[in-house]
Amino acid sequence: MTLALLTRPDFPILERLVNGKPLIYLDSAASSQKPRQVLEALKLYYERSHANVHRSIHTLGEEATALLEAARDSVKEFIGAAHREEIVFTRGTTDAINLVAQAVGRTLAPGDEIIITEMEHHSNLIPWQMLARDRGVRLKAVPIVGEGFLDLDAFDRLFTPRTRLVAVTHVSNVLGTINPVREIVARCRASGSLVLVDGAQAVPHMPVNVSSLGPDFYAFSGHKMLGPTGIGVLYGRYELLDHLDPAWGGGEMIKEVWIDRAEWNDLPWRFEPGTPPIAPAVGLGAAVEYLGKLGMERVLAHEQELTGLCLDRLEALDDVTLYGPRNPEVRGAVVAFNVRGLHPHDGAALLDQDGIAVRAGHHCAMPLMRKLGIVGTLRASFSVFNTADEIDLLARSVSNLKLQL
Amino acid sequence: MLYSSVIHERFRRPRFRGELQEPDAAFEDVNPLCGDRVRIEIRFADGTIAQAGFRGDSCAICTASADILAEMAHGQPLAWVGEIAVSDLLARLEADIRPSRMKCVTLPLQVLKRALTSVETRS
Repeated sequence: MTLALLTRPDFPILERLVNGKPLIYLDSAASSQKPRQVLEALKLYYERSHANVHRSIHTLGEEATALLEAARDSVKEFIGAAHREEIVFTRGTTDAINLVAQAVGRTLAPGDEIIITEMEHHSNLIPWQMLARDRGVRLKAVPIVGEGFLDLDAFDRLFTPRTRLVAVTHVSNVLGTINPVREIVARCRASGSLVLVDGAQAVPHMPVNVSSLGPDFYAFSGHKMLGPTGIGVLYGRYELLDHLDPAWGGGEMIKEVWIDRAEWNDLPWRFEPGTPPIAPAVGLGAAVEYLGKLGMERVLAHEQELTGLCLDRLEALDDVTLYGPRNPEVRGAVVAFNVRGLHPHDGAALLDQDGIAVRAGHHCAMPLMRKLGIVGTLRASFSVFNTADEIDLLARSVSNLKLQL
Repeated sequence: MLYSSVIHERFRRPRFRGELQEPDAAFEDVNPLCGDRVRIEIRFADGTIAQAGFRGDSCAICTASADILAEMAHGQPLAWVGEIAVSDLLARLEADIRPSRMKCVTLPLQVLKRALTSVETRS
């Protein structure tokens, strides 16, 4: 567990006690903790360089602009985008998906079809539902089968000549399933459909190269990858973005404005109206640098080891039900589970007594919960700083849960 | 102990969990926070609540709250539901409930109120 030993000193929050116990933070899939390097970048930015970006002629304005755009370059490198113009800063994954729903939505006609999946987070479902309602678009869902894999045969059958867009998560925030994005992209290409990938649970935990994966859009959040809240990224393929009208209007996204019309700005600013989340973007840049130094292959290996250990430990307990694929090599760093007779919220409240932070509830995936026939689950999720000892302590606490209620 | 002994006891051995035969009023709702579902059914006799029962998937706090509420409702006139406050329930639960779990306490109360409102609208 050398990665945990290496990184733990960087996370100040790990020094605190919760209910008198050392914090065991197993809720990084909901929001990750922040290393000093990110906190210091934020502090330095606000103490030394803050001003509005792009239009300010003074020194601070230029520094702030340079920092914002440097963060964009860091993100571009991190996810292997071909052009910096393909990196649009948003408020988060949800904002990025809504941006696409707005911009692409305008090009759709009644009767057009969008394919989603049964394992989507509400953020990759509701924007499409709203679009379906507003524009008379049909929404279809790829079913899940077996341990929680997409039914790709059923997926093939959902395509029609009216299929315009496929929206799919890269990694399920509940099942942990890593979906075969390359295969999905190939199917979409063959059918002439666009494809958007929700990468919120992938980018923080594994190497992601958008150029080799090949989706049209790829969305993720800063706060789940050691960065600040309020910043996210929409990657969009250049040729596509360049032919798309902006989703929202405002300052900064224009070149020239008359009282009755305007010309759009160049990419990526065309899709970034108003003052951007400058400090969060700078923080995200620092987070990306941090993860890049650790190496995402190493992060993936570390977290898969923890996931495998967690599955082993919990499976050995009576009354515990695990969800998602059993093989840790085909899943991300989340383990959803239930204890028979115990409501997830009671379980999470009891674990909190031991200083253990896990998520409980429907994880913004109600259709998936319905499919699984449950109200919710407990969910442990991992980050670079988690250790095997913490997994053992989790398993020990879980084994005691039923005695306490 | 995480919760009060009242909550633990009511969760382990709820007294009013179950389905009523031919209820006069019923309502069911969901807590969007956690997906909990509570259904409350009521039977009347002589203008008062003769019996109340609850069902659903819910946590210990929500279950205890529903159970206590069903007990409190027994023998009360319909107008009583307008008078119960969350503080009454909290006092009976003998627990210090965190803000994040308050909805677990209030969901059964809202369900009961809606069940009785539906009766008033009908009559």
